[in-house]
Amino acid sequence: MSALHTVNKSPFERSCLEACLGHAQPGDAVLLMEDAVIAALSGTAFEGKMADAAKTLRLAVLGPDLAARGLDPTKVVSGISVVDYAGFVDLAAETKATNAWL
Amino acid sequence: MDDMESGIVKKFMFVNRKAPYGTVYALEVLEMVLISAAFDQDVHLAFLDDGVLQIKKGQTPAGIGTKNFSPTYRALEGYDIEKLYVEAESLAERGLTEDDLLVDVEVISRAEMGKLMADMDVVLTA
Repeated sequence: MSALHTVNKSPFERSCLEACLGHAQPGDAVLLMEDAVIAALSGTAFEGKMADAAKTLRLAVLGPDLAARGLDPTKVVSGISVVDYAGFVDLAAETKATNAWL
Repeated sequence: MDDMESGIVKKFMFVNRKAPYGTVYALEVLEMVLISAAFDQDVHLAFLDDGVLQIKKGQTPAGIGTKNFSPTYRALEGYDIEKLYVEAESLAERGLTEDDLLVDVEVISRAEMGKLMADMDVVLTA
């Protein structure tokens, strides 16, 4: 059964996202939250990396954290779904374990 | 006689490098900047790395239960704090442009930012 990985640090500041993507297994879910939501946007230096990750992983970004920072949920990299807190709970319920990459 | 009484004016720069809501750095620096306005110094604000997100338009943090302090950046002009600099490379790396920013700034290159920092008397980075 798959795992849910959560990432909450900006990829421009810490290497948590890179570490997570390097270890997540095909079919796992990765949720970008807090300062990590910047990685979900198209046009950033991480767009290619996220597009590649979306081929094997289920990628999601927390909508309230995008809104807090004035980031447009319609401009996320294709393959990344925008979820609310209920969606976060669903992801946690669907997966066996949660791995927080702090 | 101290610097204040002798009327010495120094070049201060507050360097913002952190995104606004994940940590408390952005809010704390903003408080420092507002306090500094009382001391009649030559204050400069720099936004680089994830700090450029501090002045992104359209911030609505109600959904994460946090106060929206971004309108305060617009009030800085009223305190005669008008020297705001944003690093072009930092904007581009994050898929942002000057139009995404909620205040008037001077967009300068990383090399220019380095030179500007070198010209300051006091630099406070957070």
